[in-house]
Amino acid sequence: MKRTKSKLSIVVLACAALASCGGPQNALDSAGVQAGRLESLWWVFFWVCAVVYVIVMAILVIAFLRNRRADEKSAPELLPDPAREQRVSNIVKGAVGISIIVLFTLMVLSFRTGRAVNSLSYAESPIEIRITGNQWWWDVEYRDPVPSMNIRTANELHLPVGRPVKLNLQSTDVIHSFWLPNMHGKIDLIPGYETTFFFRPDEAGTYFGQCAEFCGYQHAKMRFAVTVESQEDYEKWAAAQRQVPPPPVDPLQQRGQQIFLTSVCTQCHAVAGTTANARVGPDLTHIATRHYIAAASMHNVHDHLKTWITDPQRIKPGVRMPMNTYAEEDLNALVTYLENLK
Amino acid sequence: MEDDDLDKKQSTDLTEETLEHERSELEEAWAPGKGFYGWLTDVDHKSVGLRTVVTAFAFFGLAGLLALVMRLQLAVPENDVLGPDLYNQFFTTHGSAMMFLFAVPVMEGMGIYLVPLMVGTRNVSFPRMNLYGYYVYLIGGVLLFTALVLNIGPDAGWFAYVPLSGPEFGPGKRVDLWSQMVSLTEIAALVGAVNIIVTVLKHRAPGMSLNRIPLFVWSEVVTAFMIVFAMPAVMLSSTLLSMDRLTDVSTHFFNVAEGGDPILWQHLFWFFGHPEVYIIFIPATGFVSQIITTFSRRKTFGYTALVLTMIATGFIGFGVWVHHMFTTPLPQLGQSIFTAASMLIVVPNGVQIFCWLATLWLGRLNIRVPLLFVFGFFAIFVMGGLTGVMLASVPLDLQLHDTFFVVAHFHHVLIGGAVFPLIGAIYYWFPKFTGKMLNEGLGKVNFVLLFVGFFLVFFPMHFLGIDGMPRRVYTYVEETGWGDLNLLATVGAFTMGVGVLVFIVNVLRGLLSGESASNNPWGADTLEWSADSPPRPYNFQNIPVVQGRHSLWELTDDAPVVTGLHTKFRELLCTTIHDASPEHRYAIPGPSIIPFLLSLVTGATFIGFAFTPWSIPLGMGASFIVLFGWFWSNSTEHRPPHLPEKDNPVYDEEGQTE
Amino acid sequence: MKRAAVLIAIALLISCEREERGFRVQPPQADRINSKQLTTLQPGESIPQQVVVNEYEQNAFALTEGKRLFSQMNCVGCHANGGGSIGPALMDAKWIYGSQPDQIFATIVEGRPNGMPSFHGKLPDYQIWQLAAYVRSLSGQTPKDAAPGRNDNMQVKEPENSKDREKPNDASLPKSAERPE
Repeated sequence: MKRTKSKLSIVVLACAALASCGGPQNALDSAGVQAGRLESLWWVFFWVCAVVYVIVMAILVIAFLRNRRADEKSAPELLPDPAREQRVSNIVKGAVGISIIVLFTLMVLSFRTGRAVNSLSYAESPIEIRITGNQWWWDVEYRDPVPSMNIRTANELHLPVGRPVKLNLQSTDVIHSFWLPNMHGKIDLIPGYETTFFFRPDEAGTYFGQCAEFCGYQHAKMRFAVTVESQEDYEKWAAAQRQVPPPPVDPLQQRGQQIFLTSVCTQCHAVAGTTANARVGPDLTHIATRHYIAAASMHNVHDHLKTWITDPQRIKPGVRMPMNTYAEEDLNALVTYLENLK
Repeated sequence: MEDDDLDKKQSTDLTEETLEHERSELEEAWAPGKGFYGWLTDVDHKSVGLRTVVTAFAFFGLAGLLALVMRLQLAVPENDVLGPDLYNQFFTTHGSAMMFLFAVPVMEGMGIYLVPLMVGTRNVSFPRMNLYGYYVYLIGGVLLFTALVLNIGPDAGWFAYVPLSGPEFGPGKRVDLWSQMVSLTEIAALVGAVNIIVTVLKHRAPGMSLNRIPLFVWSEVVTAFMIVFAMPAVMLSSTLLSMDRLTDVSTHFFNVAEGGDPILWQHLFWFFGHPEVYIIFIPATGFVSQIITTFSRRKTFGYTALVLTMIATGFIGFGVWVHHMFTTPLPQLGQSIFTAASMLIVVPNGVQIFCWLATLWLGRLNIRVPLLFVFGFFAIFVMGGLTGVMLASVPLDLQLHDTFFVVAHFHHVLIGGAVFPLIGAIYYWFPKFTGKMLNEGLGKVNFVLLFVGFFLVFFPMHFLGIDGMPRRVYTYVEETGWGDLNLLATVGAFTMGVGVLVFIVNVLRGLLSGESASNNPWGADTLEWSADSPPRPYNFQNIPVVQGRHSLWELTDDAPVVTGLHTKFRELLCTTIHDASPEHRYAIPGPSIIPFLLSLVTGATFIGFAFTPWSIPLGMGASFIVLFGWFWSNSTEHRPPHLPEKDNPVYDEEGQTE
Repeated sequence: MKRAAVLIAIALLISCEREERGFRVQPPQADRINSKQLTTLQPGESIPQQVVVNEYEQNAFALTEGKRLFSQMNCVGCHANGGGSIGPALMDAKWIYGSQPDQIFATIVEGRPNGMPSFHGKLPDYQIWQLAAYVRSLSGQTPKDAAPGRNDNMQVKEPENSKDREKPNDASLPKSAERPE
């Protein structure tokens, strides 16, 4: 049995190693200063705990293997050798003492790390982003002192490397939780509370986050994508986001825009530069620039857009977006229009 | 006030004839009724305890089946075995059933069965209340699963955070019925706890002073006190939630716009929720202590330390609840205090582990199935406790909270720390419960399947959590790469399922054709092993006088016993709290239908409360009427009608013989 | 007590309807009925009046969805939370264009003079049925255990599940257009 257990554990560890050494949604693959600190703290805790576990198990296994056997008729030991008892008692007391010291040290390290990760709240000139959690999507608004420089998007963030980010988090309905593992821990979005949260991305790349507090039917697919890029790329993106998309010239796209504006879409969605101005659902002004749709649960490609528009309930049962019926050419026009909202 | 009859008599004074006469009178006085009605009214603590344990295991099986379906759903990405609505109902019912309907009742049930036997008395102090508690628990449990079958299963998580469980975002009656299930099961837990506390404090056998009480009994007393302080918090919070949701009541406890607060719910719930897990764990430590002592063939190392650590855990357990709320916008300083407390609580647990290891190290081991399960307990629980230390740290918890890492952690501590000792305890005490032995070979297979299966399911979850997988998700997208580990976990889940099946087969086989058991097949030390297997309804013909901490191992041939308790009707011996010297007699009632009737009224009151607030005053009125029947009989129970006056002691108001 | 038990048992059993979460269901049967008949006068034998039942009125999820849509589609802009402002009150007994589910459906889809917009083509049919069911709950026409509870906002009226049932009186319709209750 023990041999089987050790073989199994090797298999399990191998799988685990493959899965948890890194990834775009991984807490131990830090790409931000806070996640880095948390990762260091994690490894300290991990090794301490691993050593403790191995020692305890070793004592247990040795006790099981080396002890003389007895059965139910053996006379029980009621007056054991006092010297031996005293020796073991001292070892136990020592072990307890060591445990207390170790725990105290871990606690102090934990406090220090906690203060360090919160120290970013004194950062100067962070990018300010307001994130509003809804069932089941993220409303993202970049705030600028000049209101016309604000950017509104959904389910994604673009950030420049190395610049602190200040998030203002609130919720319109139930409790959600914003979690970007590669950057920092998570923070709950609680209705009635406005929370502030700081992090700083230090490595370029694409990362994913997900809502981490059970919020209803589509909690599982309430994801968001974060692109961390160089300062110039970020500026280019931000500038493009602030532009109002020009009116379409292609007849197919014009038809698509007309369908967009006259059918169901404008009840919930907004596209800057048109009369569509609803805040119920995600802002679609620059939807073509996003790599993902449906709260970052699907790639933003033509077929997915079509399925999402006509039958979102099959992909994400319970989501707020209703099913819609369009004639084939109308649907094609609509999707083409959306694909050109850059 | 000493009663002359209760002087210790020399064994030579008890002739065979006297013993035989007393035995037949005891048999008659303590016999339950006949047939189904007899079963319905049976107030014998063993009957109630066994029913509670069996019912709890039934709920364990049902909740386990739900878990198997959940694992099927999560085995591959974007699976469609369960849609989100059903999945939400499944995981909520799984969690609620395991916590409210299995874990606490089974520990209490084992306590109700074993504690009177271990302290050397004939029944618990309040037998009818005991039976009432069981029926209320049964009604609550049936309510939950019936609701699930009717599509009214709760779907907001076993912790039902507002506003998701509130009136706006939780339509229908799902959460309301969940609240009532909580209230019903907590009433049952409370009455069980009161019974255990009073029985242990007042009905111990003479000579069983506080420092001679078996460790399992200590664990049950500590747990009972924790129940008394923790359960009201969750009953309060679920009642407040019901009031927020109810027609014509519509309060605003959790409505921020009108002065309430969603975080209030979290505080109230977790103030109960954290002690709840210690309520589940501490009796399991009692099992471990007993099993290790018996199978190491030596006195327990560090008895006083073990008692004090259980009490310490009981206290500190009430001071750590905010560690479930580290991601909320609570002030950092306050959260740090709870980090300190959560790390502090590891110290008494560590002391326990070290004392047990010392007992094992210094003893001579009889390696049988119960001890194997204790080995499993160490292997799994220690790992869970260590991941708990990680979760106690606020910064680490910010990454790990609400991920599968936490799922791994609590299943390690709950399955490793409570279920493994429980299964070991069933193997250990099965001969006492039924008079038959369970099969050793099947027991070893049972252990291996559960142990290996457990690691396959829950160990990979640590990695899933670190890799970003949150809890309570009905599926995940393929891109995340979580599919492989999830598939492994599902395979492990079914392995565990097979292990549970083997356990059931072993139990059934044992009941039907198991080897006959003697009174003390393991050569154990506590008092219950001196009773028959299974014990007579009155437990002991003569209540023993305890001479040491390990009663049966320290029993001398000329050990005195208690004589003089009435045998014609049900009577218990009351002793003092500190050193258990005899104090007075205490007559207890026999079989009664009133607990069953009152439980129906209680059940109807609470189920009705999910629909209308009028249920409470109506229910209270009906309860008042039924309680008339409960209390009316008190004055006549000391005078069983079939006895002639001269054989009947007449009690005045203070319970003294005239 | 026995009657309460029976009532509760029935309540639990028929709860299947109340607790359904229909994400991809067909709209209620009601929408197949031609609701554009404004008078009962017909050549030859009249088609028997069909009382249209909106199953969503029994369904707690649909009623909450209706409530959400009522706010998100800005019905509150004219009707407030049922008390009315520039639009008529919806929580009283006075119904200008009829209180039956199909009449409310028609009002929302077709629009009405003096400011009620037409939502034709702007919302899928099943969502309009959800809205119609919610509108009925504003005056207490829906079962109390299915009607929405208080919302997590400032309270401006009693919750729908506490509202006593109003007896609708179809004010401006001629007698010939009256429907059976």
